[in-house]
Amino acid sequence: MSNTSPNFITSSIGKKFLMGFTGLFLISFLVIHVLINACIYFNDGGATFNMAASFMAHNIIIRIVEVGLFLGIILHVVQALIITLQNNKARPQKYAVQNLAVSSKWYSRSMGLLGTLLLMFLVVHLANFWVPTKIAVFKGEEHNTFESLKTVFSNPIVLAVYLLGLISLFYHLLHGFQSAFQTFGLNHKKYTPCIKSFGFWYSVIIVLLFASMPITLFMGLIK
Amino acid sequence: MSHGNMNLTLKIWRQNSGKEKGQLVTYPVKDISPDMSFLEMFDVLNEQLVSKNESPIVFDHDCREGICGMCSMVINGRAHGPKTGITTCQLHMRSFKDGDTITVEPWRAQAFPVIKDLTVDRTSFERIQAKGGFVSVNTGTAQDANCLPIPKDDADSSFNAAACIGCGACVATCKNASAMLFVAAKVSQFALLPQGKIEATARVKNMVAQMDLEGFGSCTNTGACEIECPKGISLENIARMNREYLVANCKD
Repeated sequence: MSNTSPNFITSSIGKKFLMGFTGLFLISFLVIHVLINACIYFNDGGATFNMAASFMAHNIIIRIVEVGLFLGIILHVVQALIITLQNNKARPQKYAVQNLAVSSKWYSRSMGLLGTLLLMFLVVHLANFWVPTKIAVFKGEEHNTFESLKTVFSNPIVLAVYLLGLISLFYHLLHGFQSAFQTFGLNHKKYTPCIKSFGFWYSVIIVLLFASMPITLFMGLIK
Repeated sequence: MSHGNMNLTLKIWRQNSGKEKGQLVTYPVKDISPDMSFLEMFDVLNEQLVSKNESPIVFDHDCREGICGMCSMVINGRAHGPKTGITTCQLHMRSFKDGDTITVEPWRAQAFPVIKDLTVDRTSFERIQAKGGFVSVNTGTAQDANCLPIPKDDADSSFNAAACIGCGACVATCKNASAMLFVAAKVSQFALLPQGKIEATARVKNMVAQMDLEGFGSCTNTGACEIECPKGISLENIARMNREYLVANCKD
């Protein structure tokens, strides 16, 4: 048998490897994000939180990782678009009747939709916090991120948008986390149930922690 | 009409050829025995159509005992109908109720073009197989079984993968019309055995390359293929193929 195959990365499996790899990278970033955010629970008028936020805004290593993070998001999104377009071409004529609910979960079939919602949320989120911080750094001013948190989350519509964004995140992670491991070929009768339950609890805990922050700020529990 | 027999309304995809447009056509069928198989019900309908000088519905079928994988029909939105672990020929009319409307469509995939009515061209699977779904060893007198010890678990897993009948229900079911479960089964049955190790690298690379070339979609890990597979081929095979593919690409 001679080998006639194209590159790994342009193959359908290679593309999914890249999706899984970038996905897990973004998932790991959420831990850092939630830990920094959790500083608001010191309830010291945002002193600790602002210190952490200022560190994140100025530290050179964080700056470099931030570039990697944006690259990760872009790769994940662009790759998803390419794969989705190819997948749509794979079935030009749709079924008149299709009963998919019996064989798969709705969120596993809706990763594109959930991802699009997440991307829209991300744009709002960056406009709310990331852009003002960058402007302040550019001007050489000290940005009071904690004060902007309180202002942004005093609006119930913003709160609703964030909670919807987090629901999208929950279902996206619920499928995405364990799916990445299956793509990497890590399927084992002993370890796969652990990966799946870790993915489930990770999704639940990270989303609940993130949701608690705008809610407590909106309710004025954090001063 | 004898006791328990059913009257049904069938909506069946009619398409003269791959070049022409098709449509769902409604056919009422009467006095269908619950003990008939789904294909026997089609035979009855075709008899009626022929007697009325209409063209019979073309559908694939061969062994009618669940091992050839020919009877490709999406029935009420599910490959091989409402039951799991069986092909269409093993589906009986008792799985339906009197008065039901049943929609029957062909496998839908770019790589499975419709030939006529419910019959699709699945030679894309054969072209994938031809790229590596075999071992190039000389056959002859079987050697002593104990010369080549194979763990029982590996032999069983290999056999389970080899149970794939290439029916294409995985492709028909997958939201992306992906052939990953089929190719994974064909790769796995050899990857698990020493006889398959020699050509393992080229096999997985060439078969995946052909799969992509045929225009099948990619895998989203929804797991629908595994549920609808009449032979119960497991998702573990897809993971194994992904591993094999990664390792093969690391080698050369």
